[in-house]
Parts: sequence; structure tokens; C-alpha cells
Amino acid sequence: MRNLCTSCYHSGVSDSAYAPTSAAAVPTTTVTSRHSALVRITHWITTLCFVALLVSGLEIVISHPRFYWGEVGNDLTQPLFKIPVPASRRLVPTGYSYTLPDANGWSRYLHFQTAWFLIITGLLYLIWGVFSGHFRRNLLPQGADLSWREITSTIGRHMRFQRPGAADAWSYNVLQRTTYLLVIFVLFPLIIWTGLAMSPAFVSAFPATVNVLGGQQSARTLHFLVTIALVLFLAVHVVMVCISGFKSRMRAMITGRASANKERI
Amino acid sequence: MSDLSRRKMIKTGLVATASVAGLGAAAKIAEMYGLVPPDHGGLYGLGETLTYASQRLLTRHSLAREFSRSQISKPPFANEVEPFTDEFKRLQAGKFAEWRLAVNGMVARPGSYSLDQLKSFPSHSQITMLQCEEGWSYIAEWVGVPLSHVLDVAGALPQAKYVAYYSFEPDTWESIDMADALHPQTFVTYGMNGDDLPVGHGGPLRLRLPRQMGYKSVKYLTHLTVTDNLKNIGKGNGSASADFGYAWYAGI
Repeated sequence: MRNLCTSCYHSGVSDSAYAPTSAAAVPTTTVTSRHSALVRITHWITTLCFVALLVSGLEIVISHPRFYWGEVGNDLTQPLFKIPVPASRRLVPTGYSYTLPDANGWSRYLHFQTAWFLIITGLLYLIWGVFSGHFRRNLLPQGADLSWREITSTIGRHMRFQRPGAADAWSYNVLQRTTYLLVIFVLFPLIIWTGLAMSPAFVSAFPATVNVLGGQQSARTLHFLVTIALVLFLAVHVVMVCISGFKSRMRAMITGRASANKERI
Repeated sequence: MSDLSRRKMIKTGLVATASVAGLGAAAKIAEMYGLVPPDHGGLYGLGETLTYASQRLLTRHSLAREFSRSQISKPPFANEVEPFTDEFKRLQAGKFAEWRLAVNGMVARPGSYSLDQLKSFPSHSQITMLQCEEGWSYIAEWVGVPLSHVLDVAGALPQAKYVAYYSFEPDTWESIDMADALHPQTFVTYGMNGDDLPVGHGGPLRLRLPRQMGYKSVKYLTHLTVTDNLKNIGKGNGSASADFGYAWYAGI
């Protein structure tokens, strides 16, 4: 159980480390900042980037919706798996009698430009997160979180689709912390790495980045699989926001203000 | 507004101003060192410039990965090509004996070379991957003469910044900067996997550069123009694919 530090409620900094643990302790007026400005700005830039990367990425995929393992793969080699969609190129054997229009020009331009925006945003967030203590305070599971009892009870509450308590409006529980850490420090680095490992010029300077993945086509396949993992995260993330109070969670991530007042869904 | 958040806002403003000023200076320096691609205008110009500049800085001299003979794709996949014209078929019937590669622009000795002449130049080979922007790839052994040798023979002038190269197919041309033009793996290719380069793969002549996507490896190569300015060619974007909406630089 954490101590409640009332003095923090009037500061502009994120104070989720001092989360109250019962509804009685939650102030009735909402003057505090649940998410710092940097978290909010980088969150929404990342959201826009993710949508742009997903749309352009899927558009690129349909020019060859087949995936391989190893160095090479083409219409004459055995795919690892195929996506059952029509292709934007005539030669690809998809089973469909028609081809979709070619839009790889703008898709590739948009994909790579957005990747730059995402990397710059991500670096800003990473550097700030380390120096502000954001990762340590808000995302690293705290000592008490890591007890077996706490973990099982949190999982249990999720399994029963229980609405989160007031404390959850102020701090992340152990499942959230683990998931966010996984997304920030495993999935995002992986998607950038596997993306760069597909670049013939980049790997000419850093061949190990593609060799350790098992080849250029393996990198492409992994890039696609990590995308699926990120889309699954996004789906669960949005569902959880809706379950726990769409309005208040959106308000917290837009204005920074959290309201723990009883909100009806 | 509390003091703390005001201080924070001032700090953020200062950082933002410094970043914008820094970007302006960076743009000037980039222009000076040839790190700005010809298709730097428009909606995606910033991303293109960042990609080209950073890859050029990282990869000026790096070599594309080469593979072992056992990794050569059998058979190599040949992408769709336009139907051949009568003129092409006539040249093909004559075993391309009349095919010529013209070299002009900023060169001391403009001229043209037959296939036999090109084959008399030092022959090099590489086992590299051809990667298509669509997502597929194959590995082949490519035989040819390094473009740098052809440029030496023609006497490319030191002011040259780009080499534009043209296909027998109408409206098909690309260009590369001198870092790629003089790169040891950039070939004027006439052989593949121990044989003449098949027409399906761009025979009799194909420009081959393994550090960029397949569409920069133009098939049916007919001439090269050495230049210091791409603005007067096509729509000024540096290549037919850039005019068509694809990036001029295709290292990614």
C-alpha cells in the first residue's frame, strides 16, 4: 500500500506514484495531472504515426501478400504463409481473378516518413522517461505489485471483467505496467529493427542486423508478426479504456486531468 | 498557472526554437554535402531527405551483402516486362550485336560501346540479392563491368554529381549519385548465373546496383548521361519512378 501525498495534487508533475488506494482518499475536485504533457503529446503523435504506418504498411503488403523464411522468397518459392487477399500485382498467385490498384509509391513515402516521426517521438519519450523517473515510478512494477497475491488478484479481476476501482484511475496495475513495458521496450524496438533489416543499404553497413534474424525475408515476416502483436495490443488497450470509463480516460490523456468521481459508462 | 508549469513552458519554448534553428542549419549543411535528394519537395520531402542523408552518411562505402554460390535462387524469378517492340525483336534476332551503350553529358570522351567492347573491359562478378519494393527477392550471380570503369574510360568530369541512365523501354530512366555510380558493386551487367543476361532479366544490358531496390536496376540499358543537375531531366525529380510517385532513392 502506498502513501497518499496530498501536496502532489497541486503540482504539474505526474503523481501516479502516490496513488490513493481507496475511493475515500480521492479528491472530489480534479486539479491534478494524471499524465504529464510530454506523455500526452507523445501518446497522440504515436497514435497518429501508428495509424499511418499500419495503413501504408498493409498497402505495401498487398503488393506481395506472401511471407517467407530465410534470405529469399518470390512467386517461385514456397511461402511460410500467405494472407488470403487479392494482390496489387498481376503476377502474384493469390487465387483472385482481379488485381488491386498499385499505391506503393505514396505508401512507401508515407511509411518511411512516418517511421522517422515515430523514432524521433520515441527517442524524446525515452530520454524524458529515463530522466524524469517516469519509467521507474509509473511503469516499473513496484515491490508490492510483484507479490504473487497481487498478480493473481489483478489477473482475477481482469478475468471477471470487473470494472477497475478508483485507484486504477491514478496508477497502473501490475498487468498494465508489464504490458506497457513490453510494448515500449520490446515490440517497438523490434518493429524498428526488423524494418531496418529489410533495407539493402542499411544492412550493407550493418549486415549483422539482418543475419541474426535469419535473412531478409525472415526480417520481413517478423516485421509483419510484430505488427500483429502491436495491433492486438491496440485492440486490448482501446477495449480496456472503454471498460474503465472512456470519457475519463480520454480526458486524462488529452487534458491531463483525471477524475476519479464515479463515472457511469 | 503555477510557477513550475510556467517555467516548464518557457523551457519547452526554448527547446522548440533551438530545434527549428538547428533544423535550418542542418538543411544548409545537408545541401552543401549533397545529402538532399532531388525529390525533396512536397509532402514526403522531409522523410525522404532524412532517409537519404542518413543512409548516405552511413553507407557511402559499405558493400552489399554477398552470398555463396549455393544460395543462388534456382530458377531466378523474373518480373513482368512490357511486350517487346519490333525493333527490340530485330536486335534480339541479331544476338544484340548492334546493341550499343551511349555515354554522354559531362564526360571528356562521349561515345558509345558495343556489347563486345563492354565485355572486353575488366569483367567482375557478384552474388547479390535483388530486392523488389513489392517484397519479393532472389539471389543471382551478376557479371559485368563496374560502372566506375565505364565512367573512367569516358572521362567523367570531376564536377559530375549524378549519372542518369535510360532503358530501351520508353519513359524508363533512373539516376544515382556519384557515391552509387562509383561504388564497386554498381555494374553494367551483361551476364547472369554463368550465361548471357536473359531478356526477362533485362538482357542484353542492365544497370545493377544491389544497395537499392530492384526498380533502380534498370533493364535494357541504352545510355548514360553524366550530369551535375537533374532539374532539366523529366519533371526534375531525378527519375521516371520519382515522376511516377516512387522515391528517387530506394536504399530502403
